[in-house]
Amino acid sequence: MSLFLRLLFRNRLAGFGAVVLAIIVVLALITPLLPLHPPNVTNTANRFLRPLSEGHLLGTDHLGRDLLSRLLHGTRLSLAVGFAAAVIAAVTGAAIGIIAGYAGGRTDNVTMRGVDMLMAFPYILLALAIVAALGPGLMNALIAVAVVNIPFFARNIRGVTVSIAHKEFVDAARLSGLGHTRIILTEVLPNVVPVIVIAMSTTVGWMILETAGLSFLGLGSQPPQADLGSMLGEARGALITAPHTSVVPGVMILLIVMSINLLGDGVRDALDPRLRSGALSRPMAATLVDRDAPPPPDAGGEGLLRIDDLRTDFRLGKRTARAVGGVTLAIRPGECLGLIGESGSGKSVTALSVMGLVASPPGVITGGAVRLGDEDLIGAPYRRLRALRGDRVAYIFQDPLATLHPLYRIGDQLAEAIRVHHPVSRAEAWTRAEKLLADVQIPNPKGRITAYPHELSGGMRQRVGIAMALANDPDVLIADEPTTALDVTVQAQILKLLDDLRRDRGLAILFITHDFGVVAQLCDRVAVMYAGRIVEEGPTPEVLKAPAHPYTARLIACVPELGTGRRRLEAIPGLPPNVDDLPPGCAFAPRCAKAQADCRQGEIPLAGGTRRVRCLYPEVTLEAAQ
Amino acid sequence: MGGYILKRLLSAIPVLLGITVIVFLIMAMIPGDPATAILGSYATPENVDRLNRHLGLDRPLWQQYFIWIGNLLQGDFGRSFALNRPVLDEILDRFGATLVLAGTAFMLCAIFGIVAGVVSAARQYGFADKAITAAVILGISVPSFFLGMMMILLFAVKLRWLPVSGMYSMFGGGDLPDLIRHLAMPAIALSLVATGVVARLSRAAMLEVLRQDFIRTARAKGVPERRVIWGHALRAAMVSIIPVLGLQAGFVLSGAVYIEIVFQWPGIGRMLVDAILKRDILLVQGGVVFVAACYVGFNIVVDVVQAWLDPRIKT
Repeated sequence: MSLFLRLLFRNRLAGFGAVVLAIIVVLALITPLLPLHPPNVTNTANRFLRPLSEGHLLGTDHLGRDLLSRLLHGTRLSLAVGFAAAVIAAVTGAAIGIIAGYAGGRTDNVTMRGVDMLMAFPYILLALAIVAALGPGLMNALIAVAVVNIPFFARNIRGVTVSIAHKEFVDAARLSGLGHTRIILTEVLPNVVPVIVIAMSTTVGWMILETAGLSFLGLGSQPPQADLGSMLGEARGALITAPHTSVVPGVMILLIVMSINLLGDGVRDALDPRLRSGALSRPMAATLVDRDAPPPPDAGGEGLLRIDDLRTDFRLGKRTARAVGGVTLAIRPGECLGLIGESGSGKSVTALSVMGLVASPPGVITGGAVRLGDEDLIGAPYRRLRALRGDRVAYIFQDPLATLHPLYRIGDQLAEAIRVHHPVSRAEAWTRAEKLLADVQIPNPKGRITAYPHELSGGMRQRVGIAMALANDPDVLIADEPTTALDVTVQAQILKLLDDLRRDRGLAILFITHDFGVVAQLCDRVAVMYAGRIVEEGPTPEVLKAPAHPYTARLIACVPELGTGRRRLEAIPGLPPNVDDLPPGCAFAPRCAKAQADCRQGEIPLAGGTRRVRCLYPEVTLEAAQ
Repeated sequence: MGGYILKRLLSAIPVLLGITVIVFLIMAMIPGDPATAILGSYATPENVDRLNRHLGLDRPLWQQYFIWIGNLLQGDFGRSFALNRPVLDEILDRFGATLVLAGTAFMLCAIFGIVAGVVSAARQYGFADKAITAAVILGISVPSFFLGMMMILLFAVKLRWLPVSGMYSMFGGGDLPDLIRHLAMPAIALSLVATGVVARLSRAAMLEVLRQDFIRTARAKGVPERRVIWGHALRAAMVSIIPVLGLQAGFVLSGAVYIEIVFQWPGIGRMLVDAILKRDILLVQGGVVFVAACYVGFNIVVDVVQAWLDPRIKT
């Protein structure tokens, strides 16, 4: 709903701009037909009549000329000159840009150097120089404004042309023996026109303003002819005694430029699908919580972190995607729980929901509880969440290049992690940071601590990420595919490091991965996720030896085994379902070879004791497996 | 860093040469004979010839260019015939006033533009965001010269808070508070459009950065939100805001022309317009080259700041 309102708000502004501009343009077009006083006839007896005077709706100027008539004629002139300048600049600039971009090589180089030179001027200065050379006058002002804006078009259009000139259809046209002129006219130009239109819609307002400015300075239209700028310039002398003579043309310029800008923005937004989808929304400090039911009662148990029936949705306009549909997990101190699934299964969203780090909008936590000790973190105030983040519950993320701040030294990033939770001096924090780097076995921590992330290798960066997570000796570590971006030898070192840390410090680790090999190496227990729900859970060796859910079995069958090259790797047929349109019953049923009619209806419970499975026809009966 | 600064300085040389070529070619387009323009249409042919020879205008164009650029390099910008004094002296006298005005306006647009953009992005779709967005739309659409005139009406004529025009009071002024009182309106009027543009692009840059993974990392560390926005996010967004500031310096220098006229500010812009109206070509030529060169110099400073802010740029 709010997205709809936002779109409406945006469209309403553009619509308002369109209406205002249309009214002004129509008035300007029909000006000669209106019963107006002649614009240039002076009548000094009636100087400076106020607006709403007898026979002069907007009053008269310093020579007794009717302001309404002068305003409409001036508007006509300003619009005509502005649009003409825009068209000249667009056509010339586009021609230069297309030729430079299509020809490439030296032509391109020389032309663009020239364009860069023109852009090195503050733009009005160049216009002034041109007017100085040609002499004051409206035509010369038009030329000056057009010339000044050519580089902008040339640059934009060249960029687009370069990308088109090497597309297959242009190559095909060339191979079929068409001449360059034909190719430019029939293949390149049609693709460039929309860009020209957008560039024009965003600059025509400026050009009207610039020509009005030159006229204001007395360098554009010359008396008695007047555009809006020279009206304003002439009125300046009587600014204090007769302010309405300045206000009338000034407000008209403002209206024209604003309506064009609003319309231009609307056009650009409408043509930029990223803005339309609302994808440019920034995530808030904590995920929105909108629970329709009170959180489930605390079942207790020995878990340090207990996720209970957690539900997280993505609200995308009218659609709602159920990313996490009721996940229950518990982790004991010193235990490592693996959470495994394909991408899009909701494992990362589950992990991020714990500390309210799901991007919101669009993410909303709609139900369940996450308990750390006795405290429910879902719905906890932001201050409380912030105090726990990084202090008691820390995260390690997948891609360490994207997840470390690119412009801060790693020492500063580590020291900050400490100082936001502990009141220690900067020097003290840096000393601890160095110790942390040594703890995660980074060689030469003293030298590395002043490095920027881009100066380190991928494995080193991930060690920094781990060091940062360990900075405050947390109780729970949530690792979201921490080794996926690394090569295999580095991966093994990182896993070994995490395993040591957990044993030494009694950390509870939630380890998210899509790799059963990693689970086998590190995790005590494993939970398998599919389409936002846990489909199987149990001690790692048992699940690996005898998977109960058909999906788990297929996943394990996908893992190649070293040395036993005989076995056929089997891909799972079909694709994971869309989480905004889940089938009733088992979400895996459409891809499952054993699916029966009753698999496709009703809620299937996660049944069992230490080993649980959400399947009516499991591969093994759980009693047998235990 | 020192090497990078040197490299940037060297790369400015061809740009400066290009600027002089462009200005020279534009001035060569002047229809008719500059000597006649200077002496007036009643001048005798002998006098015109003599002046042409004196100015070197009887030589081929390329020779004229090299004579002119040689003189420029020695600090000889020629002589303004309307003011009857060396062009460079006049420019240097005027430049301080423009620098004060444009510099202040630039600081205002940088500070308020960035603050407005950051607040707008941090409160996306909230009241503050909508208010700032509306103000920005208005701000970038209002002609600065019209805004200046309306400010004079309101603050100088009606409320009598500030002086109407000029840089210092005629009598008994001349100190810093006097300058600030005179500077307030022109600087604000000049900065408004640029502030709007900077606010708009800062908002976009912040929205882009706030979606990045390293912001989530900062939040996961427990960094307070205020510091996430004004520290982590703004620091990264500055990398795309700084070039926009460089462009705005050009807009502020351009807009100064109008504002100096409206507020009778004794700067280079007003000098240029007067010179154009009096067809004082050498003064126009010198003034344009001088200001353009300053702008190129400022852009070098922008690039150096950028390199200093972003360690990923190879210096």
